[in-house]
Amino acid sequence: MPRREDLRSVLVIGSGPIVIGQACEFDYSGTQACRVLMQEGIRVSLVNSNPATIMTDPEFADATYVEPITRDVLEKVIAKERPDAVLPTLGGQTALNAAVDLHESGILAKYGVELIGAGIETIRAGEDRKRFKDIVTGLGSEVPRSHICHTMDDCLAATADLGYPVVIRPSFTLGGSGSGIARSETELRRLAGAGLDASPVTEVLLEESILGWKEFELELMRDRHDNVVVVCSIENIDPMGVHTGDSVTVAPAMTLTDREYQHMRDVAIAVVRAVGVDTGGCNIQFAVNPRTGRMVVIEMNPRVSRSSALASKATGFPIAKIAARLAIGYTLDEIRNDITGETPASFEPALDYVVVKVPRFAFEKFPGADPELTTHMKSVGEAMAIGRSFPEALQKALRSLENRAAPFSWDGPPGDREELLARCAVPHDGRMSTVHQALRAGATVADVAGVTGIDPWFVDQIQAIEEIAQRLAEAPAPARPGPELDTAALWTAKRAGFSDAQIGQLKDLPEDQVRLLRHAFGIRPVYLTVDTCAAEFAARTPYLYSTYDEQTEVPPGGAPKVIILGSGPNRIGQGIEFDYACVHASFALTAAGYETVMVNCNPETVSTDYDTSGRLYFEPLTLEDVLEVVHAEQQSGPVAGVIVQLGGQTPLGLSRALAAEGVPVVGTSPEAIHLAEDRGEFGAVLEAAGLPAPRYGTALSYDEAKVVADEIGYPVLVRPSYVLGGRGMEIVYDDATLEDYVGRAAAASPGHPVLIDRFLDDAIEIDVDALYDGEELFLGGVMEHIEEAGIHSGDSACALPPITLGRADIARIRESTEAIARGVGVRGLLNVQYAMAAGVLHVLEANPRASRTVPFVSKATATPLAKAAARIMMGTSVAGLRAEGILPATGDGGTLPLDAPIAVKEAVLPFGRFRDARGQGVDTVLGPEMRSTGEVMGIDEAFGTAYAKSQAAVYGPLPVKGRVFVSVANRDKRSMVFPVKRLADLGFEIWATEGTGEVLRRNGVRATIVRKHSDGPGPGDEPDIVARILAGQVDLIVNTPFGSPGQSGPRLDGYEIRTAAVRRGVPCVTTVQGLGAAVQGIEAIQRGEVGVRSLQEYAARLRAVPVRGDTPPDRPGTAS
Amino acid sequence: MAGNGTARSSGPDVPAILVLEDGTTFRGTAFGADGETFGEMVFNTGMTGYQETLTDPSYCRQIVAMTAPHIGNTGINDEDPESRRIWVSGYVVREPARLASNWRSQRSLDAELRAQGVTGIAITGTRALTRHLRERGAMRAGIATGTTDSGALRERVLASPQMTGADLAREVSTDAAYTVSPPDGVGVRYRVAAVDLGIKAATPLAMARLGCQVTVLPAASTADEILSGGPDGVFFSNGPGDPAAAGYAIDAVRGVLARGVPVFGICLGSQLLGRALGLGTYKLRFGHRGVNQPVKDLATGQVQITSHNHGFAVAMPDGAAAGTTFATDFGPAQITHVNLNDGVVEGLRLLDRPAFSVQYHPEAAPGPHDAAGLFAKFCALMDGARGGAHAQA
Ligand SMILES: Nc1ncnc2c1ncn2[C@@H]1O[C@H](COP(=O)(O)OP(=O)(O)O)[C@@H](O)[C@H]1O
Ligand SMILES: Nc1ncnc2c1ncn2[C@@H]1O[C@H](COP(=O)(O)OP(=O)(O)O)[C@@H](O)[C@H]1O
Ligand SMILES: [Mg+2]
Ligand SMILES: [Mg+2]
Repeated sequence: MPRREDLRSVLVIGSGPIVIGQACEFDYSGTQACRVLMQEGIRVSLVNSNPATIMTDPEFADATYVEPITRDVLEKVIAKERPDAVLPTLGGQTALNAAVDLHESGILAKYGVELIGAGIETIRAGEDRKRFKDIVTGLGSEVPRSHICHTMDDCLAATADLGYPVVIRPSFTLGGSGSGIARSETELRRLAGAGLDASPVTEVLLEESILGWKEFELELMRDRHDNVVVVCSIENIDPMGVHTGDSVTVAPAMTLTDREYQHMRDVAIAVVRAVGVDTGGCNIQFAVNPRTGRMVVIEMNPRVSRSSALASKATGFPIAKIAARLAIGYTLDEIRNDITGETPASFEPALDYVVVKVPRFAFEKFPGADPELTTHMKSVGEAMAIGRSFPEALQKALRSLENRAAPFSWDGPPGDREELLARCAVPHDGRMSTVHQALRAGATVADVAGVTGIDPWFVDQIQAIEEIAQRLAEAPAPARPGPELDTAALWTAKRAGFSDAQIGQLKDLPEDQVRLLRHAFGIRPVYLTVDTCAAEFAARTPYLYSTYDEQTEVPPGGAPKVIILGSGPNRIGQGIEFDYACVHASFALTAAGYETVMVNCNPETVSTDYDTSGRLYFEPLTLEDVLEVVHAEQQSGPVAGVIVQLGGQTPLGLSRALAAEGVPVVGTSPEAIHLAEDRGEFGAVLEAAGLPAPRYGTALSYDEAKVVADEIGYPVLVRPSYVLGGRGMEIVYDDATLEDYVGRAAAASPGHPVLIDRFLDDAIEIDVDALYDGEELFLGGVMEHIEEAGIHSGDSACALPPITLGRADIARIRESTEAIARGVGVRGLLNVQYAMAAGVLHVLEANPRASRTVPFVSKATATPLAKAAARIMMGTSVAGLRAEGILPATGDGGTLPLDAPIAVKEAVLPFGRFRDARGQGVDTVLGPEMRSTGEVMGIDEAFGTAYAKSQAAVYGPLPVKGRVFVSVANRDKRSMVFPVKRLADLGFEIWATEGTGEVLRRNGVRATIVRKHSDGPGPGDEPDIVARILAGQVDLIVNTPFGSPGQSGPRLDGYEIRTAAVRRGVPCVTTVQGLGAAVQGIEAIQRGEVGVRSLQEYAARLRAVPVRGDTPPDRPGTAS
Repeated sequence: MAGNGTARSSGPDVPAILVLEDGTTFRGTAFGADGETFGEMVFNTGMTGYQETLTDPSYCRQIVAMTAPHIGNTGINDEDPESRRIWVSGYVVREPARLASNWRSQRSLDAELRAQGVTGIAITGTRALTRHLRERGAMRAGIATGTTDSGALRERVLASPQMTGADLAREVSTDAAYTVSPPDGVGVRYRVAAVDLGIKAATPLAMARLGCQVTVLPAASTADEILSGGPDGVFFSNGPGDPAAAGYAIDAVRGVLARGVPVFGICLGSQLLGRALGLGTYKLRFGHRGVNQPVKDLATGQVQITSHNHGFAVAMPDGAAAGTTFATDFGPAQITHVNLNDGVVEGLRLLDRPAFSVQYHPEAAPGPHDAAGLFAKFCALMDGARGGAHAQA
């Protein structure tokens, strides 16, 4: 069936900010969808509040609305665009829920818009757990026994029937949020309570526990002609009870016989048909009892998901892209398989390799959060690796995590067997290495399988790795060349995925020594193709992975190649923004005639789409793996350069070592990078340029620290000198805290000095992104933070153009930035953070690389900074880029016209997802350590409206009436009076705690005093504020932390208030600056000024829109 | 939990070599029984079902290489074999399981291969081997364990028999007829004579479940012998070898067609029907062996994912394109199915007589069940032939 001609204009809904459980996999799927629709000549409009995404680039849609994904915004966009259909199945749960809402509020009907991809009934049937279970049982298949509950009493009754442990799962939530396993009534009350809150329809499902069963997933596609294919099977190594997003998973399934697999396939297909997914992809989860083979269906997602992104990368079958084609009417047999170019998409990929995915967590960022893995997803990212055997893939995946503790280790004794087995029994981050250590300590495969429920086959594979390690350790030192055994043992180890570093550990040799020997023995990886068909047909798409096998498949290169190093697994502080920069570089350099080569290991991203670059290497970003890729590419043709500046700290950290090995690193030189990264060297650069910076010193002991502190004066900002992303930073106001901190730091990493900076109080923080070619500085954008310095730049909201800085300030910022760029020797992007205190502009730090804010700035100013940077690194000048029209002919981000729109970036924090072991929430106070997972952008004519949009995109719309609760720290009492008074004038009822209330009253603001949490319930049990918040009596919370931002051990009241706010989803302002902005926002909404405008419209005003041609046309064969 | 944690393969690694007739040599370690073996080198892309594959008689005299790296993970059980023994003459894998883990597993694959005297080899380059066969085509090969002398082995490979022209159906077929009856609770509605050219256990069972009393007959049975019991329909099974070499079976098909008794053929059975209708058959470069082949039903336009194991195929009749009608001794016929990967003929039917066939495996095992409906279609054909006497509900 050809495509539907009646679809001329389609609205795509994105997934909003990156949050745990919904990350850049939806940028990947959304970008593919937009590309497909545009290729089909359909008008594409897009709504997505996330500026860091590639899909929100003006070139991927005809009208890109970076606006909150809320009902009224969507209605405004629909009214303006009048699309024929809405495509919600590629924007994750957010888009699906938005679609349901549009349907229920009658908006779709009102404008005669159709849902494509999945109809409303299908969405309901798939997402409503009760209905779904009825469908499955109706087909004669099994599901875990369960009860639907709407109240706590229902829950107690249900548990009486199901018994403990019992699984709690809210309907219509994502990444298992609000779900968990209750082993007692207390736990039940806690989890079910949270679950009922979390579910948009206050409904939870209580379910028979099948903890310890094997868990599987199938990814399916179905077209409107009822052709169905199973794209991939995925097996979870961690058994049932650990969310698939947190499990180590492997594709294809390893432990099913054909009978069992085909039965699973039959049930999956029957379910897809019954649920009615008729034009797209979906994912179905199964559990299998390892002792009896009994199989039950767990759930389905009638949309593309994290797993479908993984499946796409694992098989080379682009699920989202094909789902988009199916949604507009094509059938599978009409769509060609891009990889082979000849065979159709109506087939099931055959793999001749093994894929392993491992999750990446960030517990260190949330002290107190319960690190036990459960049914509620906690990981912030993932890495995938491909190998020709499970051990090879597993070990590659573990080193892809860039977490020292992740890869199997042989340094030191394993520890106590029993103690290790006990630890294996509880799912946790790093469980695979715990399993390995237990085996090292003498536990048997059966022991480990017994306590973990991990299939013995997998445990035995880890045992095999251990045996290979032992044989290698015993083999005569490879230092003595000759004996067959050495090379044999080395080959075996490399085939099993051992890194040179691990081999070095076993042979007690330095890593580079091992590399030399290995090369001397001629032991190098080959690169094989992900070809969807196990080599049955020739592949035409160079999507490669390394393995110690035979016959490399790297195609000979023609045009000079540029290798771009990606950023690896998402983590807090290094996420999708860096993928954005890498992808842009790839597009820009392809357009400039280079062959681009992408290296990355993050399956969620656009950069690891085989369509993005000329060649894709799905590889870990370690020195060893990168050097081998560079070697392989040099063998196949000239390599013009390797780009390390765009993937964040990961590749940047490799730059020196790469250069030392003779790799042509382009852009800012490794020496220059060192100048900016090294505190001392950088100090000298500033000195030379006469730029002020906070005074600082370093100390190894408390005594030394005290000397520094006394000299520079409190407050001071302390941090370990060796970490990034603001890790371990604290603001210290007195000797006692300083002593405590230095003590902890010394314990954490002996011998590493602590950095002590003068902390600038009440300073305005300013972020700058700029381009420098050695001659000319292009000021990309100047962002003024809304929160004061002391709150990590990644966590604070900011405005662009700056709202309170004058021409003179900007001029000073420009000079300083240029001085730094020149002093350091930047070629490409530079990010500088300043703090303006008492009129003095202090330099906080400079990052000689793409920063988190590059995509935000690029969108706010309609200037493709990352593209320009890539070209500059390859030698083009700013002037040249202005001439080409990639950069504006005149002016830059520092000279934006006065009528330029104002863009506000707001951070999205994951506090809602974490609970400590007792089930209490973790605190939401912001500090110098970054903890946000994502960001949104609000853009509009005036600051107030833009800010309001940014808030709406994170918390839902700001209230325009109702109750505001105010409780602020003493130092904020003066500055809060005016904005709170304004709220009262705007018609809000003001509640306050005593101290705050008095100040307000004295200033003539009527405020009702409410009981603090610490006061507890009052006479006639008058509820305290926390109770009131939980009861939904408060619409806006203003609570600045007592003590200081970032101070650890939060004062309880504030803590309780903020966690209650998170739990109830009430907007909560934690800084006075934020309050001021919120007030402006509320006024703007009340005045009804909030409209929608596309980036293209703004761009038309700022400068010519980037032409559609900027997107490299898809390789021939991608069109159907 | 039978099998879990048990049945670890034993002994130190014994060297072994795999040599193709063009001299290409792969070195690896012995897997399964020690010794030397020869056959046609083919690859199979299925990721599950090694036990069914090994016991599929169509693999007689073939050395099968699995493209999926890990083989043997779920061990061997007594429920899944497709015939009384392993038929492959040699087995090539990359990562033989060290441990069998499955609730139904009874012993390890390695132990089973040893017990049945099947020689195998574990090599790293299974992908390189597959690509070689894809480019050069299936060819003769040999595996020898405990030696590294590839020259000597190649000599013997060149001396070994070719697959083209080989009649192997009689070699794998049952010597005596036997009957498979419907399971309890299912009444006998049809009597089917199934000619065993290398039939798999799943096939008679699939028919029996639909109420067929299946009498399985030796490959060499003549039309008269086949029809002597007055069956409602005749089934020609899959099997090994070159259809052109099985003249006796082609005569049998013609004989049955002449009497107008409903005919259903699969795989080799389909090739025999093709030849009976006067169409040619030819050897594919490297065949179809796997469980992911997209086959389009030209009547409905539907695509099914099907299980394949064949090296020969029916040639598209001159002039006729897929779907168009062409004349045969038994009246007009049509090509009903094609493979979307390479356009190979996948299905035939006569328009005026109750006969049809498919090149793939509706009984699956291993593979998807998408085509299972074809057995019901055969039953409907038998109903029709009896003037709908037992018209199905
Ligand atoms: N009945 C159950 N017993 C034990 N674990 C379960 C049960 N149901 C689900 N789980 C675990 O919880 C995880 C999340 O459940 P799922 O239904 O997939 O929710 P989500 O929509 O968050 O993916 C699953 O991956 C599985 O490991
Ligand atoms: N001297 C200082 N005074 C006030 N705030 C500071 C100072 N130094 C750093 N900060 C705050 O700490 C945050 C993180 O510090 P930064 O040096 O940028 O580390 P990172 O490498 O994590 O970005 C900054 O965004 C800023 O808000
Ligand atoms: Mg799930
Ligand atoms: Mg910073």
